[in-house]
Amino acid sequence: MRIVVCVKQVPNPDIAASQYRVDEQARTVTPVAGVQWVMSPFDEQAVEAALRIREVHPAAKITVMSLGPERARNVLKHGLAMGADEGVLLTDTAFTDSDGYTTALTLAAAIKKIGNVDLVLTGRQAADWDSGVVGAGVGELLGVPVISCAKEVRIEDGVVRVERVLDDGTEIIEVPLPAVVTVSNELGAPRTPSLRETMRAARKPVAAWSASDLGLAADAVGAAGARRVVERMFIPVKQNRCELVAGSSPEEQAAGLALRLREAKLI
Amino acid sequence: MSCVLVVVETVHGKTTGPACELLGLARRLADQAGGTVAAALLGRGGVAEELISRGADKLYVAEHAALGEYHADAWVPVLARICRQAACDAVLICHNAVGADLAPRLAFRLGTAVATGCVDVALSAGRFVLTRPCYGDNAREVVSLKTAPAIATVRPGCYDVPASDASRSATVEQVQPECDAPAIRTRIVARKRDAADGMRLEDAKIIVAGGRGLNGAEGFRVLGKLAQALGGAVGASRVPCDLGWCPRSWQIGLTGRTVTPELYIAVGISGAGHHMAGCGSAKAIVAVNTDPEAAIFRDARYGVVGDYRRFIPAFISEVEKLRS
Repeated sequence: MRIVVCVKQVPNPDIAASQYRVDEQARTVTPVAGVQWVMSPFDEQAVEAALRIREVHPAAKITVMSLGPERARNVLKHGLAMGADEGVLLTDTAFTDSDGYTTALTLAAAIKKIGNVDLVLTGRQAADWDSGVVGAGVGELLGVPVISCAKEVRIEDGVVRVERVLDDGTEIIEVPLPAVVTVSNELGAPRTPSLRETMRAARKPVAAWSASDLGLAADAVGAAGARRVVERMFIPVKQNRCELVAGSSPEEQAAGLALRLREAKLI
Repeated sequence: MSCVLVVVETVHGKTTGPACELLGLARRLADQAGGTVAAALLGRGGVAEELISRGADKLYVAEHAALGEYHADAWVPVLARICRQAACDAVLICHNAVGADLAPRLAFRLGTAVATGCVDVALSAGRFVLTRPCYGDNAREVVSLKTAPAIATVRPGCYDVPASDASRSATVEQVQPECDAPAIRTRIVARKRDAADGMRLEDAKIIVAGGRGLNGAEGFRVLGKLAQALGGAVGASRVPCDLGWCPRSWQIGLTGRTVTPELYIAVGISGAGHHMAGCGSAKAIVAVNTDPEAAIFRDARYGVVGDYRRFIPAFISEVEKLRS
C-alpha cells in the first residue's frame, strides 16, 4: 500500500495576533522576525493518520510531500522523524505564489509521477490561507473520490472507511481505494518524534522535483497559472470599546452586568 | 452579467436563515449588474415559494431521494449541470460543513476557482471581489478570480435576511438528476447526529460559550444552567472539544460552526482569531475572563474580569431575579 501525505509549511499559527504584519506591496502576510516555520497542524494530523494505518498494515509505505521553497525541507524532515518513509519536495521558482488550483495541479502531477498511490492524505485546511481547497482539488484532478474532515481513517480489504465530522455529529463513509482523505483535529494529537526516529530520519531519502520533472509548463503553475488573484490584504481593525463591569465582589459584578444587558435589551 | 446562483441547503425541510441571507446578497449583486438570481434546490422541494419571495427569479429543482441529505458524490454532478445550464457568473454557498466540503469540488469540476469562508462579496468594475479571513482571522485578503463562475462560500451573519415579497414570481425548472454509479462512488454507512437537547446553535438568540479557561467538563454544567436561565444554547471554543469536555458539535469558530446570536457570553475564552471567526457577528459579546489582557476584551462590548466559578452562579441568580 502506498500512502502520500501532502504537508505545508506555515508560520507557527500559535503566535499572538499582534505578531502578524501585512506587506501591502507584496500582498502577503509576514510574521514578525523570529517566528518559526512549522508543519501546518492539520497536516501533522494527516501524517499521524498515515502512521496509524501503517500500524495495522505494516507493508504500507508513507511518502510525505510538500510544495514550497527550500526551507520546506524542514517539514519533510519533521514528517520523516514522525515515522514517514520518504520525502518529496516540489520546489521551483515557477511554483512561487501558487493558489489552491496550481497547488492541487502540482501535487496531483507529483502523485501521478509516483504512480499507484492508494491513499492521499492531507489536512482539512492549511493554517495560513485557511482555504480547505487543495485536498478536494487533488482528488478532482486525479479523478478519485474525496472524503473531507476525517476523525478516523481505516483501511480494510482495499476499502477506506472514514468517520468524518459534520456540524452536528459524524458520518461513516466508505469507498474503494484509491481515494483522497482530508484530516481534521478530531483525529487527535499527532505523535512527537522520538530521538531514535529523528536520527533515522536523517538517512531517509528526500527527492526534489521541479516543474519540468513533473512535465508541467512554467506558465501553468505558481502565480502564472493561478486562478485566484490577491488584490489586497489587511489586518482587521478592532475597535476597543469594551466596558469593564466593576464591582468589589462577583455578586456586584453580576448585578452590574445584568443591569447593563437589561438596559441594552439583550436579556 | 447574466446570473448569480445560490445553492440552497434545507434543514428539516425548511430554508435556513443563511440561505435567505445569500438570496438577499445575490439579489443585490444581480440588481447592480442588471442580471438575475437563480436558486438550486436539491432533494425535496417544498420551499420554492419562500425562495421566490426572498428574491429568486429562477429555480432549478432536482428532486431525488439520494439528494435528500448532503452526499458529495450525488450533489456535485447535479450542481455542476445546473451551473452550466444557468450560465451563472457567480455561485454563492453557505459556509458550513456542507458548503466547505461542496464548494471546492464544484469549483474543480467546473474548471473554475473558489474563495471559501467569505465575509463580503462585492462587484467592482464587473468583477466579483471577495473578502475572506485568513491566518486564523488575524488577517483578511481581498481576492478576485480569473475564471467563471466565481464560487464563494459565505459565512452566516454577514448579510441581513431580505424582506419577503409574496408578489414576486419566478420560473421553475426541474432538473433530472443522475444519482447512480459510476457518479456515486462513496457509500454513506451511517450518520450519528449528536443529541440536540436544545436549539440549534445557529438559531439561538443567546449563546453561552466556554473555553480552555473553564478547566474541565464541570464548567460546562455551570454554563448549561446559565444558558437555561437565559433561554439560550451552549457553545465552546476548540480546546474543550479536543479535550472531550463537551461534544465536538458545540465547537464555534473557523473549523466549527458560525453563529450570529444577539448575545454571546464567552467564558474562559481567550479570543483567538480562529474562534472569533465563528462568533464575531454576534450583536453583543460579553467576556468573562481572569486575564484582563485576554484578546477577547477587544471584541467584547462588556467585560468581567474574574473567576467564572464565582461570577457565573451570582449572574444566574441575577438573571433569575430579572425573570421572576
